[in-house]
Amino acid sequence: MRRALIAFLGVIVLIVILLITLTHLQITRYSYYSTRSNENRIKVIPIPPNRGIIYDRNGIPLAINNTVYQLEIIPDRIKNLNEQLAELKTIVDLTDEEIDNFQKERRNYPASSSVPLKYKLTEKQIARFVVNQYRFPFISIAGKQHRYYPYATTLTHVLGYVSKINDRDKARLIEERKIKDYIGTSNIGKLGIERYYEDILHGIPGYQEVEVDSRSRIVRQLDESPPKVGEDIYLTIDLKLQQYIERLLAGKRAAVVAINPNNGEVLAMVSSPSYDPNLFVDGISAKEYNALLSDPDKPLFNRTIQGTYPPASTVKPFIAIAALSEGVITTDTVFNDNGYWQLPNTDKRYRDWLRWGHGRVDVTRSLESSVDTFYYRVAYDLGIDRLSKWMTQFGFGERTGIDISSTEENRAIMPNREWKQQRYKQAWLQGDTIPVGIGQGYWTATPLQMAKALTILINDGQTKTPHLLMNTRSTHFGEGLSLNDLPQTMSPLLLSVKEKYWDVAKNGMFKVLYGSQGTARRIFANMPYRAAGKSGTAQVYGLKMDEVYNAKNIPEHLRDHALFIAFAPYDKPNIAISVVIENGGSGSSNGGAVARRILDFYELGDASIQIDESILKMRQGD
Amino acid sequence: MKEKKVSFWTKIHIDPLFLLFTLILLAYSAYIMWSASGQDPAMMQRKTIQIMLGLFVMLLMAQFPPRFYEQWAPYLYIVCLILLVLVDVMGHTSKGAQRWLNLGFIRFQPSEIAKIAVPLMVARFINRDGCPPSFKNTLLTLIIIAIPTLLVAMQPDLGTSILIAASGLFIIFLAGISWRLITTACILVASFVPIMWFFLMHDYQRERVNTLFNPELDPLGKGYHIIQSKTAIGSGGIWGKGWLEGTQSQLEFLPERHTDFIFSVIAEEFGFIGAIVLLTLFLCLISRGLIIAAQAQTAFGRILAGGLTLIFFIYVFINIGMVSGILPVVGVPLPLISYGGSSLIALMASFGIIMSIHTHKRMLSKNI
Repeated sequence: MRRALIAFLGVIVLIVILLITLTHLQITRYSYYSTRSNENRIKVIPIPPNRGIIYDRNGIPLAINNTVYQLEIIPDRIKNLNEQLAELKTIVDLTDEEIDNFQKERRNYPASSSVPLKYKLTEKQIARFVVNQYRFPFISIAGKQHRYYPYATTLTHVLGYVSKINDRDKARLIEERKIKDYIGTSNIGKLGIERYYEDILHGIPGYQEVEVDSRSRIVRQLDESPPKVGEDIYLTIDLKLQQYIERLLAGKRAAVVAINPNNGEVLAMVSSPSYDPNLFVDGISAKEYNALLSDPDKPLFNRTIQGTYPPASTVKPFIAIAALSEGVITTDTVFNDNGYWQLPNTDKRYRDWLRWGHGRVDVTRSLESSVDTFYYRVAYDLGIDRLSKWMTQFGFGERTGIDISSTEENRAIMPNREWKQQRYKQAWLQGDTIPVGIGQGYWTATPLQMAKALTILINDGQTKTPHLLMNTRSTHFGEGLSLNDLPQTMSPLLLSVKEKYWDVAKNGMFKVLYGSQGTARRIFANMPYRAAGKSGTAQVYGLKMDEVYNAKNIPEHLRDHALFIAFAPYDKPNIAISVVIENGGSGSSNGGAVARRILDFYELGDASIQIDESILKMRQGD
Repeated sequence: MKEKKVSFWTKIHIDPLFLLFTLILLAYSAYIMWSASGQDPAMMQRKTIQIMLGLFVMLLMAQFPPRFYEQWAPYLYIVCLILLVLVDVMGHTSKGAQRWLNLGFIRFQPSEIAKIAVPLMVARFINRDGCPPSFKNTLLTLIIIAIPTLLVAMQPDLGTSILIAASGLFIIFLAGISWRLITTACILVASFVPIMWFFLMHDYQRERVNTLFNPELDPLGKGYHIIQSKTAIGSGGIWGKGWLEGTQSQLEFLPERHTDFIFSVIAEEFGFIGAIVLLTLFLCLISRGLIIAAQAQTAFGRILAGGLTLIFFIYVFINIGMVSGILPVVGVPLPLISYGGSSLIALMASFGIIMSIHTHKRMLSKNI
């Protein structure tokens, strides 16, 4: 049977072809298909880490994590999505806005993964959904860690907040190669400490390796690696002091910074008014956000590092140091103050705040009574170049370097020739220099800069960079991070200043509070501890020649800003503060009153000493 | 003693060797089916019933002498054509194709009957005028083959129609037509391919062929099955992942894992070794079938037994070829192994006919 034999040979040939194919698949390309098969069945589910807790210096939690429950849906699995959503409406009070948001959000999630549909379910909604769960096979309730700020408005400008990761965040994370740490995480630090220490707070996600079937349903768990929680952070902030200051500033547009001058720890940083960061955690509604944006008191604005104000007379101690060191004046130099200073060779007169003048004034007295004419002349003699150079050493016109600085801090302006040329395309005029001498003109500073300059003065020229982080409680990353042993910078120029000049400036500030002519003597009367300070009143509204300032006659937003810097105890300072009250009137009375209470609270532990408000008079001098 | 023993198998018209290989393959099938069905007892129960029914049909078919088949072939062929027309007109639609005829108590595929009816009819037609067939008879034979083939292709069921055509052509080949004719036919078929491609094939069939050559083009659509199947086979390696341990099949990445793609389950769980064992069993069965054909004493028996055996092998080749990615996915089950009643029973019926040819020859020779 030849044909049958031929057929048999044909069968053999075809079987050999099959064997070659199988050899190729199962032996030659085994590892390729093996890998492929594993990829098929193994799915890695990220477990987002818990965010580190933020505490104040005494261990009071300022930012914590709560578990909230949200409704999640796998839209790709549901054929009649719109029907299901419509059915859900009544069960969990689903609004049209939430459905819209979900439809937008969907695109940001990979196919066949859970997309949040409704956040923060109430117990009642959870109960109602659970009863109806059988009708919604691909909708489930999931517990999520949720950032919560228990003190709400108190520390918003320091802590910032976390909010949804947006496209810009995503692009940045991809660029920094951190995006894989954010799989499964929906929120990221947007502002303040939450943003600056994002890497420390966030932690490292864990994962769950599960075997899934072809419909991505979990069959069993193969492996699990727990997430590493973010590190806890201890801030230098003293919550009690912060809250106390916040109460003092209630209803005012104001900023206060309190620093421990010994190490640069920021004890309090209050920008008033503030807003509730909790609004942002789940995404703020457009209506609420617009309300914050259009609020004339600008609650979103962090006045402590973004507000720029003319530092006014608070800069006089620093200028005195510069003038003494440059030999423009000596400790014995005496000028006669007739109530004005006339720019040589011109008719231009610059008035003192005291119309009839202070008479004979030396440098100590110039600080005690805040004699403007003394500083007009000193500024004239120093010139803008030297003035600007010295004030830059005190940190004016520079970022302070506080640990939320890089993204939010305003440098403000320490004017000089180049600056004016660049800004106004005009040459610097001699007349521009004179108001700079009393912290006015083009000069602006932030409350934090003013506090930092004060700590430099207290430390005889040593810079203690202000910082908010005290330390981290390290759990996984080995040694914790501490900012208290930061290298402290020293500028050679300031170190060359003679010790007695520092003493002159500090003594002058002491006399502001205790001298018979001290501008703040009434407010600081009967202090059980010793302190020093300097008032300032920044003009918002240029007075016409011979016009008398009367707060009652001009609109509130044109009134002067009240400023005050102070430190205590005088011999061994443990706190340095700067106070700015927008349109607060006189710095010596209104700013001083706030400063006194803060110092009392800090030094004495409470605000037991009452100040007789009736002794305060407007425009008492600054 | 020897005479008595032989007479026992002859009495019940069973070839013991052929039966042995069939039983081993059926056992192998049941073993892998437990895994491929996802350990579904109900499916195993039905599978067992199918095997029992199949064995009964084989036994039954073996009892009729070859002459009976030769006589009844034209009637079976005509009944088959009627049923195929009925299916096209009023058949039950399943997965977009009309293949099933629902008789109320049983659903079956008339195309399975065609798999038997066509080779029988062709063998009888050729045998009537003696082998090798004349040119005119060869042309007539081709028409006999073409009618049911086209009817099945219209259902549409490309895989089965190819098998039906092939079953007829094998008979012609074994009947000994000249090589010149075979060569001419091959050229004709080759030139017919483009016509089939552009005018006769459905879009989904063209897509399947396209997918064969580049499954990665559409990894989640048409190429998905091939990619998953190749992954299952390849990841089995030499020794396999073990029974019930195949992740591709157990986790349902593999489509139609208990029917057309059952070979992938075997290759994944039992590896290269398991596949070779299976192929060896098939080869044993085919060798025995061809030996039976060679020993057949009539031309009718010779060409029929050979044709039925070869078509059985073609099933095997097309199925394994398609799941391992060298042939298009045309929906041909793996004979004896895949789940499916109609197919198994038709196959066992053809085995019964082969056994009948073998076991009736002595009686035939005595009679003559």
